[in-house]
Amino acid sequence: MFKGDFVKNLPKIYGTYTGGFLVFIILMAIAEQAGVSAKNIGVMFVAFTVLIYALIGYLSRTIQVDAYYVAGRQVPTVFNGMATAADWMSGASFVALAGGVYFGGYTYMAFLVGWTGGYVLVATLMAPYLRKFGCYTVPDFIGTRYGGNLVRACAVFVLFIASFTYVTAQINATGTIASRALGIPFELGVWVGLISILICSMLGGMRAVTWTQVAQYIVLIIAYLLPVFWISSKVGGGVFPHLMLGDEVARLGELEQQFGLVKNSAADIKAAGVPGGLKYISGSHSGVPEGGMAVWKYLSLAICMMVGTASLPHILMRYFTTPTVRSARKSVAWSLFFIFLLYSSAPMLATLSKLSLMDPNLPTGIIGKSISEVQSLEWVQRWSEVKQVFIADFNGDGILQLNEWFMRGDVVVLATPEVAGLPFVISGLVFAGGMAAAMSTADGLVLAISNALSHDIYYKIIDPKADTRKRLLVARVLLVIIGAAGAYIASFRLTSILGSVAWAFDFAMSGLFFPLVLGVWWKRATRQGAIAGIIAGIGSGLFYLLWVFPKFSNAIWGVTNTPFLGIDHLRFGLIGAPICLVVMVVVSLMTKEPSPTIQKMVDDTRIPTGKPILGKQ
Amino acid sequence: MSNKDAYWNKTKNHMIVTLVLWFFFSLVIFMFGSELNTMSFLGYPLAYYMTAQGSLLAFVIILFWTANKQEKIDEEHGFSEREDD
Repeated sequence: MFKGDFVKNLPKIYGTYTGGFLVFIILMAIAEQAGVSAKNIGVMFVAFTVLIYALIGYLSRTIQVDAYYVAGRQVPTVFNGMATAADWMSGASFVALAGGVYFGGYTYMAFLVGWTGGYVLVATLMAPYLRKFGCYTVPDFIGTRYGGNLVRACAVFVLFIASFTYVTAQINATGTIASRALGIPFELGVWVGLISILICSMLGGMRAVTWTQVAQYIVLIIAYLLPVFWISSKVGGGVFPHLMLGDEVARLGELEQQFGLVKNSAADIKAAGVPGGLKYISGSHSGVPEGGMAVWKYLSLAICMMVGTASLPHILMRYFTTPTVRSARKSVAWSLFFIFLLYSSAPMLATLSKLSLMDPNLPTGIIGKSISEVQSLEWVQRWSEVKQVFIADFNGDGILQLNEWFMRGDVVVLATPEVAGLPFVISGLVFAGGMAAAMSTADGLVLAISNALSHDIYYKIIDPKADTRKRLLVARVLLVIIGAAGAYIASFRLTSILGSVAWAFDFAMSGLFFPLVLGVWWKRATRQGAIAGIIAGIGSGLFYLLWVFPKFSNAIWGVTNTPFLGIDHLRFGLIGAPICLVVMVVVSLMTKEPSPTIQKMVDDTRIPTGKPILGKQ
Repeated sequence: MSNKDAYWNKTKNHMIVTLVLWFFFSLVIFMFGSELNTMSFLGYPLAYYMTAQGSLLAFVIILFWTANKQEKIDEEHGFSEREDD
């Protein structure tokens, strides 16, 4: 079924699948009308979609190295774009992005620009050349271009730190969603999530992950866009929110003036007993903060996210799977188009959600109403029980002020349909979408790590004579180990000490960006330069993170340091990457230029036609 | 100058043009956020619109444009891949 004509039949197959999923949504809506409980609908949504992914994973099983590592290099341009979009948009993007915009407004949206602008760097500097190279993994490129096991091992090390930081957060997200949708404890949810992730990737490697990611993209984009459009027409925002919310954004500005943007003191928040992780609105939605430092904060965050995007191995390796160099280029454009569909909707959802809570003229508005009245609302009660929303009457007037309403960012996506009075079937759909987003990213990451370990460390360094069967066995065993390690850490809720997903971008940027770019664009870059650059970049980045992040610096030196030039723990790549560049250039110029063979290799990499540098391995 | 070198020079120049556009839409316009926000587009304050949607859309357009242009450069120098590769 997955041979020969399969690729030609893809539009038909996924078209049928999309139709089937829409029919399933309608069936669930009918079931809801017939009296099936909200909880059971949630269970059915998650169970049904995960079973489909598992089926795809099983059907895509393979015993070929080429299929396992790069999906046989036959993934068509547009489908690879969808798979990349699913690979890229994590559980955090799906459930937390709109919440971030809701609380952070303009300032937070530096993330949106950063997480999309990075693809311009991927397309111009990296993807087509790595595709031409014909490598299986990102360290495979570095190891071959610069030559030698040490530089290969260094690249694997950076990949491991960056991807592992990211993957625990994803497994954590699958656990959270599985536990909420299925009504099981979080610790169990994490393992249910892990098993779902492994079923999709273990038997078929990259091939299975590709085809499940396409299926997951379809689910997650429907689950995100349907509620946004529905809520928008329901609250009078217009049928096409992206073009029609100008008045609503202006109205939010007026309401902010009316209610006042008040900052609560940390002591007040503590005294009121606000649960951890809950936030309140204290900044403007569309206003630009004044001052040079505010501008620098915005720009520096955008730079880190863009350069980090262009260095994340689980994204770069998606472009190894296209049939040609030109389709790799086009595929980057399609990826960004599919990402754009969701990212451009997040601010719209945040606007609608904010307005429906803040506008006293709307029936859903709660700010400015009496607290007892708000507390009697059904959705407020339900989300209070699980400590996702909280009311603290700081001034004791019995009226809910803007700064007295606390909420978790995730609630924006998970509860807005309910608040706006949409049927529960939409909430079930949103759970399925969140699960799809978290699973697809976790799959890509776990595969990136285990492929690098099995191909670059085991096959290239430890046992180059291993046969196909043994290599794939090692790859699968490592996949299970990495996944289990991630789930183990997530189940202990240790993710809070691992910090933010933004760190993954900073790590990748510190250690991989310049070795990858200069590998293609500067023939003079040498092995010694690359080794020194990677070590200096990741070393200085890591050291700066320990120095600047209060939790770490307090534990190590017992002090809290003021960030240098406003470069805080979200932006430490701005220290690592420049150091990597300088060290790499200086050491390269001090050492003997690369051999003619290597220079010829770089020349060949730059031209789309001709044989790949590395063929079937 | 060999065909390969000519091709690479053109590719390099094309890369620079693309990155200048990228730099403009990702960083330059947000250096003037407060000034831009006094103007409006589709009823949105301009800087808000750009960070929420405008720059994102610009990146998508840049990527399709740059891929098409690069394909033309490939063809000119005979490095175009066959469609059925």
